[in-house]
Amino acid sequence: MASKQSLIDSILILADSSLILAQRLGEWCGHGPVLEQDMAMTNIALDYIGRSRLLYQYAAQLQGEGKSEDDLAFLRDVGEYKNLLLVEQENGHFGHTVIRQFFLEAFQFPFYDALQNSQDQTLKEIASKTIKETAYHLKWSTEWVIRLGDGTEESHQKIKTAITDLVPFTGELTQAVSCEKELIDQNIFPDYDEIKRKMDALINTAFKQAGLELPTQVYMHQGGKKGLHSELLGYILSDMQFLQRAYPGLEW
Amino acid sequence: MVIEQKNTKEYIFSLLEEVCDPEIPVLSILDLGIVRRVDLLENQLEIDITPTYTGCPAMSLIEATIKAHLEQMTQKTVIIKTVLSPAWTTDWISESGKIKLKEYGIAAPQNQARIQNILFQKEQVACPRCESLNTVLVAEFGSTACKSLYKCSDCLEPFDYFKCH
Repeated sequence: MASKQSLIDSILILADSSLILAQRLGEWCGHGPVLEQDMAMTNIALDYIGRSRLLYQYAAQLQGEGKSEDDLAFLRDVGEYKNLLLVEQENGHFGHTVIRQFFLEAFQFPFYDALQNSQDQTLKEIASKTIKETAYHLKWSTEWVIRLGDGTEESHQKIKTAITDLVPFTGELTQAVSCEKELIDQNIFPDYDEIKRKMDALINTAFKQAGLELPTQVYMHQGGKKGLHSELLGYILSDMQFLQRAYPGLEW
Repeated sequence: MVIEQKNTKEYIFSLLEEVCDPEIPVLSILDLGIVRRVDLLENQLEIDITPTYTGCPAMSLIEATIKAHLEQMTQKTVIIKTVLSPAWTTDWISESGKIKLKEYGIAAPQNQARIQNILFQKEQVACPRCESLNTVLVAEFGSTACKSLYKCSDCLEPFDYFKCH
């Protein structure tokens, strides 16, 4: 059996990545380029909050220290957060947000699809709920990649910039850290090489249609899964955790 | 005699039929298909429900409403458990639920909820008001997590479509 700590840490990678992305997408609320896309991004954010809740509940239950999902979300500091570096990147312009979403979904769709066959019953159940929502998110982000890439000269240029800016954060997605490796060995997590193959296929298909290219020979940043973050995460947490820090135990 | 009648599953289901989705009040939670199990014990009532969408904000309200309504009507302690598996799907919305949706102005999910359909199928959705198939998708994500926004090109009315999930 994989150690309990590895299971908890790997779940926190997923949970933290979901919550931080939800927080980032939520920043678009009231600022979207058009009303429909404002609603799309906040709808997706809501799915991600729901997903992070399920994952935090499971992690808290495994910890068995009497902590709640809220304790895990609101009372851990930057170094304890294990989210992917990709999701803490700024919203930038709409093209940045689209590309950030697309890269993540291209990983998550094959990942959660495979997680439906996990040896862990709870992760299997969470994956079976998540996969349908992920399919809608993948569809949304893929359509926008194509629309912006194959759109006007300006939209093409902007999404190209976004790709250059964000590709360096995609290596981490399929680079298993030690806790994940343990889970992969136990068939709790799927094999990341296989996921990477499917992820690359999704990206290449969309980019081909969009007239875009994936840069090669890129230096890939790593560390998010181990709690090594850019300074961006501190700002996100100070905003997101303010209420619980200022008024401990406050409830809705 | 009255007590005996009240102590049946039929009675419990008739009470559950009275609990509505707060965002689509024409649908009962039975129409939605989120009640997965009812266990009637001597002093206790156990009910399993399953969430529609993971982030659906209506779920906690639905849970509280079931508990309040059933405890008041049966004088039993109601215990509600959330189960994730099997995952909820729009395939479980009842036929009468689909009719109620249409009368309410929301196009009902029309295909089986399969991942391949979600990803690759362009859905031809009929306008719930004039039945025309001449409709266009305005936005994949609509007023709530479960709906997308369409417009009818014939009667020009915008409408919600309860998307396959």
